[in-house]
Amino acid sequence: MTETKTYSFFLGCVMPNRFPNVEASIRLVLPKLGIELEDIEGASCCPAPGVIRSFDEPTWLALASRNLALAEMAGHDIITGCNGCYGTFKETLLEIHEHPERLKEVQDYFKGLGIKFQGNVDAKHLIEVISDLGIEEIKKKVTKPLKGIRVGVHYGCHLLKPSKNRPWKQTQRHTFLDELVEVTGASSIKYKDKFLCCGAGGGVRGSQVAVSVDIAKEKLDNMIEAGVDCIVDVCSFCHLQFESSQVQLNKELGEQKYQIPVLYFTQLLGLSMGLDPANLGLDVHMINTQPLLDKILS
Amino acid sequence: MTDSITRETIDNDDIDPDFLDKVVEAGADRLRTCIQCGTCSSVCPSGRRTAFRTRELIRKSLLGLKDEVLSSPDLWLCATCLTCLERCPRQIKVTDAIIIMRNMAVKEGFMLPQHRKASQKLIETGHAVPIDDANRAIRKELGLQENPPTTHSNEKALKDVREIMKRTGFIELIEEEEERS
Repeated sequence: MTETKTYSFFLGCVMPNRFPNVEASIRLVLPKLGIELEDIEGASCCPAPGVIRSFDEPTWLALASRNLALAEMAGHDIITGCNGCYGTFKETLLEIHEHPERLKEVQDYFKGLGIKFQGNVDAKHLIEVISDLGIEEIKKKVTKPLKGIRVGVHYGCHLLKPSKNRPWKQTQRHTFLDELVEVTGASSIKYKDKFLCCGAGGGVRGSQVAVSVDIAKEKLDNMIEAGVDCIVDVCSFCHLQFESSQVQLNKELGEQKYQIPVLYFTQLLGLSMGLDPANLGLDVHMINTQPLLDKILS
Repeated sequence: MTDSITRETIDNDDIDPDFLDKVVEAGADRLRTCIQCGTCSSVCPSGRRTAFRTRELIRKSLLGLKDEVLSSPDLWLCATCLTCLERCPRQIKVTDAIIIMRNMAVKEGFMLPQHRKASQKLIETGHAVPIDDANRAIRKELGLQENPPTTHSNEKALKDVREIMKRTGFIELIEEEEERS
């Protein structure tokens, strides 16, 4: 029997409001791994590290601290499935731990609101928690190995950097996600510039769409060249970027060149655990996942 | 007139001697140790396809060209991928420096309209990307709570979030900005 641990599940914006299918897959798969999720009632935007932090850093720090405080008051560490939210929480905790006057600053903003915050809470990315379970533990859950499926793994940026404030053993050329993808029986395919940014962050997707989509295109082209069956990501914003950029690129081209199904890691893992694709939200993707599902089931 | 031969000169009036100190004090320590090696530009995904040059931005800030730096749309081409920060041989927190300069730009009134809109959504709903009808329907279909259990389903929480944004001056900053543009 796997030991269970409960986390405060931080949703963010993009996941619940644009990709509820990703949220559904996380809520379905994580408890099966012994990771219990408790909702954080009344959480807000993290807020976004490259956007709101770029406009007014003290507001970013205060709202991020409020979200962390809600988890702290619930008595759990916070868990997120978005690299941006993860970056916000990791950098906020570092800032208030290194500079106690910043903790005092946010506590002052909270006065009279019933929000208690001491910074005694940790922030985890769900892939960090899954990775900590160990490959052998995950392997036990795999009942339908995804043999022959070629995956283009995308780590994203804020999951890994700044490396000084991240838990990974390596500072570059990471392999933990490739290993987790390969536990499902699929193969992680080498492709050019695998650690390149998706192009969505920093407010670039919001204000300079052409530049943003062009960065995504470079990655997509590299993956097509390597012959992948799907992309696997662990960030709701990268996920949005790959899904919607493909639709936009096809529209601009007037042909359907970009048809790579984009899966969140828990969707891939769920498939290998024999879970129903519909329950994993695989039927509401922007890029049709059916060709992938056909290949898996054949 | 400027061409490839004529040497561009910098007007003394364009130099703000305090600008660099302010960026450094706000957290971009080691900025003065920049040797202009260009590693930051060479690894920049935005720089691969635009005229954005991180090295140039850092050089201009070292020179104190405050207005030129803060008013430049290039400042907003950084996707905050943090690769330059990782690779800088002088260990300069390049991304932090860019974020500090962006904060200064917004205070000076330089904010892109799309960014103002996202900020307004945050003020209105507690989310920079709020829920819409299509996704409410998908949530329901998937067996999830129609509105997520966030500020979208909790009025007290939204009130608190707004109060904090009022106290930090964010609401004023965004509304002022709107009036000015």
